[in-house]
Amino acid sequence: MSAEPAVLAEGLEKRFGDVRALAGLDLRADAGTVLGVLGPNGAGKTTAVRILTTLLEPDGGTARVAGLDVVRDARRLREQIGLAGQYAAVDEMLTGLENLVMVGRLYGMRRADATTRARELLDEFRLTDDGGRPVKGYSGGMRRRLDLAAALVARPPVLFLDEPTTGLDPRSRLDLWETIEGHVATGTTVVLTTQYLDEADRLAGLIAVVDHGRVIAEGTPDALKDRVGGERLEVRLVELGQADAAIAAIAPMSDERPTVEEGTVRVTVQQRAGAIVEAVRRLDDAGVDVEDLAIRRPTLDDVFVTLTGHEAEPDRQEEAAA
Amino acid sequence: MRVVTDTLVIAERSVRRILRAPDLVAAFTIQPIMFVLLFRYVFGGAIETPQGDYADFLMPGIVCQTIAFGGFVTALSLTDDLNKGLIDRFRSLPMSRSAVVSGRVLADILTNVVVLFLLVVTGLIVGFTLETTVLDFLAGALLILLFGYAFSWIFATLGMLVSSPEAANSLGFITVFPLTFVSSVFVPIETFPAGLEAFAEVNPFTLAADALRHFWLGTPAGDNVWATIAWSVGLLAVFAPLATLQYKRVASTRA
Repeated sequence: MSAEPAVLAEGLEKRFGDVRALAGLDLRADAGTVLGVLGPNGAGKTTAVRILTTLLEPDGGTARVAGLDVVRDARRLREQIGLAGQYAAVDEMLTGLENLVMVGRLYGMRRADATTRARELLDEFRLTDDGGRPVKGYSGGMRRRLDLAAALVARPPVLFLDEPTTGLDPRSRLDLWETIEGHVATGTTVVLTTQYLDEADRLAGLIAVVDHGRVIAEGTPDALKDRVGGERLEVRLVELGQADAAIAAIAPMSDERPTVEEGTVRVTVQQRAGAIVEAVRRLDDAGVDVEDLAIRRPTLDDVFVTLTGHEAEPDRQEEAAA
Repeated sequence: MRVVTDTLVIAERSVRRILRAPDLVAAFTIQPIMFVLLFRYVFGGAIETPQGDYADFLMPGIVCQTIAFGGFVTALSLTDDLNKGLIDRFRSLPMSRSAVVSGRVLADILTNVVVLFLLVVTGLIVGFTLETTVLDFLAGALLILLFGYAFSWIFATLGMLVSSPEAANSLGFITVFPLTFVSSVFVPIETFPAGLEAFAEVNPFTLAADALRHFWLGTPAGDNVWATIAWSVGLLAVFAPLATLQYKRVASTRA
């Protein structure tokens, strides 16, 4: 066994007209690990996945998946990967079973083998009862499960999941997470793109934060949270008009200036002990009416804002380039 | 051969899709039959044909038009596959790079055979008289299926160039009407004004319809048979590689 990582991208560049979708992107995922590629819409996540799955050729840089070059060895590389996209790419007119059999045969399996494998996967993804129905009658969650099953037909060593839970309800997301976790346990390498920080936090062992086509930070979820440091103090105000007074009151508790959004003032504090008491006292002295006051550990949302200076929430713009 | 099995897998998928879409089945069956009936009974009485009955003149024309545009469903379904992300899935699989399109157009041949059968039977019921031998009948059928096959590749290319099924549809209509109406498909071209007649004479639909009339009605062959074969082969030589190329590059230009 070579020590070569399952996925290695170096200096990937890609332009779409005037838009620079990737600007020297580096990624690395060791065999059997989950790499979370985290970033807002338009950051270049999907473009990166498209290059790594040979759907798109890079303008510059190199990338290898399972030891194979994405450009020169594209054909052999495709035998080593599975892709599940953000649009559940299954045929609506076909049944769940027919979809999986078709994919299996296109991986080069015989019909009988493909059928056996398809039934196995339907079982595993709790779709057995619906396997004989056309997909157009499936719920969103069922489609995603089928899409993921299709990506796993050939038991690929490297699995790419491009925003696997975008648009799903919370219940279906949790469900899909559990399924993905089950597969990671079997040794599959997973590259997961997401704009949900909780998703990356839960599934990925290593996270690459991507913005404007580059990796701006990399590390374990805990390491990234440590980079932000401190605890988060959140104060919900009764009256929005008192925001300035509240900011002024608690500003001395931190090195940074408190922010305000929708009636909630937030600030990082270095010391958890006594912070609530001090905040209550200061706000009371300033005559600010407080509806709620809490202290919590930093989330990846905080990491993102700290690193990029903007929120990681999906913005209203369409993804510009990818 | 990988390309053969992959093509068959995609063709099987395409046929299943058609059988499950009642609107498509209707389009494939009712529409051509309606066309035969409309032209036979509505326009038929008013249109004079030089030799013989209008029904005889009409049938090869309608067969030619219907079969050539039978591949239109290929444009629609490839556009749909692109928009739904299925082309991405196919392109990420270790399958042949031409099979998605070649499988799709292979399915067109199968539907065209069924439609051809339906049209001829309908024609016979409304008074179309075949004056031919079995061999000539089959030769004509094969020729027109080849013509339709070439057009399927045009539609495949079109389907991957446009962004929506609606766009494919309107582009389809823009090409259908002038090409089929300014030809000998529905009426003899001798009555056209000079400019139109010149266009109609070289229009492949005129050549194909007249070639089919030769095989099915015993009219003089002229150059029509060879010209139709030449057109079909020429269109295939251009559009088969173009469609495959477009399949390979289509996703790299799309968001």
